Amino acid sequence: MSGDAPGASQRKVSFTVNGKLRRVLVYPMQRLIDVLRNELGLTGTKEGCGEGECGSCSVLLNGDLVNSCLIPILQVEGASVCTIEGVAKDGMHPVQQAFLQCGGAQCGICTPGMILASIRLLQLHPNPSMEQIREGLGGNLCRCTGYTRIFHAVQEAAKAGTAEELQQLLVVADDKP
Amino acid sequence: MRSRPSDYELIAPGKLASVLELIGREPGGWLPIAGGTEIMVQYGAGKLTAQKLVSIWNLPELRFIDRTPEELRIGAGCTYTDLRNDPVVNHEFPLLASGASWTGSLANQNRGTLGGNIRNASPAADSLPALLAYDAELLLVSTRGERKLPYLDFHTGYKQTRLMAHELIQAVCLKRKFSGYANFARKVGPRNAQAISKVCMAALAKISGRRIEDLRIAVGSMAPVPLRLQQTERVLIGCEWNRESARAARRALQSEVAPIDDIRSTSAYRIAVAGNLLEEFLNGLIPNEPAEHHGNS
Repeated sequence: MSGDAPGASQRKVSFTVNGKLRRVLVYPMQRLIDVLRNELGLTGTKEGCGEGECGSCSVLLNGDLVNSCLIPILQVEGASVCTIEGVAKDGMHPVQQAFLQCGGAQCGICTPGMILASIRLLQLHPNPSMEQIREGLGGNLCRCTGYTRIFHAVQEAAKAGTAEELQQLLVVADDKP
Repeated sequence: MRSRPSDYELIAPGKLASVLELIGREPGGWLPIAGGTEIMVQYGAGKLTAQKLVSIWNLPELRFIDRTPEELRIGAGCTYTDLRNDPVVNHEFPLLASGASWTGSLANQNRGTLGGNIRNASPAADSLPALLAYDAELLLVSTRGERKLPYLDFHTGYKQTRLMAHELIQAVCLKRKFSGYANFARKVGPRNAQAISKVCMAALAKISGRRIEDLRIAVGSMAPVPLRLQQTERVLIGCEWNRESARAARRALQSEVAPIDDIRSTSAYRIAVAGNLLEEFLNGLIPNEPAEHHGNS
């Protein structure tokens, strides 16, 4: 479809991933998910639908939950990205532990996105109501669990009082190199 | 078939003036992209025809909410999350706050913008009926200057608008005059998040006794454009709400909508539900007389 199309040349884009400054040579319309997976080898971020419906590709961009399949890499210049690889520090993150304990993960495709959506939810609502959990995870589809165990995992993580770890994650995410 | 990134140019001038200069020089040559929740879907599916894009994401000149005593001015680059977090939107324009909360998922609300939704012009967009109900005006900007346009006149047909190729939507202006109105917002869809509406409605009413003093009704997914139901309003304004006016309202509603049968619903269902929603709203404000077959007095 290129033909006489203008096309683009590659250029350098710099952004922070899980606290580290990364510099990549990319086409400006490459999707964030493809840069994470193919250029940086961070394959924890999964692609499901590729159209912003399923949430499998969720990452935190400057702290906000976003679908990385819908973001052209040029718009990430100078930003800070947190992926599932940035969540565990010394051992599993409490939210990951809660998912494990409650059976909140089965096939695993939705899990990285679910964990990041849960972390963002608990940052905004440390003691979320069921309605807040449903809304906070509403953009993350799971075809295995039926959601109930995932919701329980979020409740357990909230009970475990993960505020401190969540705050640390935020600091890491915003850390300039 | 996936798009090839090397086929697409994207630039980010970083200033509104530079973007306007660019689209003024080559009208139609550059597609503005904000949060990408629509354009990137087309791109991912290999269906994006524009090959030169200019980023307007997070431009400060487009991402603001200004308030004066008379008016709320919402930058077109505000995300749905920005709208949901704004106290004036929540208190004085609850129909817009509701529409924002129904749009996509939280991740989509963090990227999708009000201006993008208006320009994308989907007749099913959840927040656009609210703008019709609130008599929004659009502030359009270009290198030639600014112009204001009633939002009611903006959509001219399916995905057709009055926006010129050299213009951008800069802001949505809302008069702060609706605090005395009762409001009603409903989305009918299969799921709360990520479901495109079968029907959505945003309505405002001022009631005195059983009399409807003022009424504003707008619907989504009921026509090729987000639609204000002005004939239905005219039938009811100044009237008492009773069985007779309810029947007349349904007839007027049916005469001015043009919903389609599609994967999400049918025309007949949409018309019936839109009528039901209107009755639910007005019955909640003015209990209707008992229906004939329940009458026993």
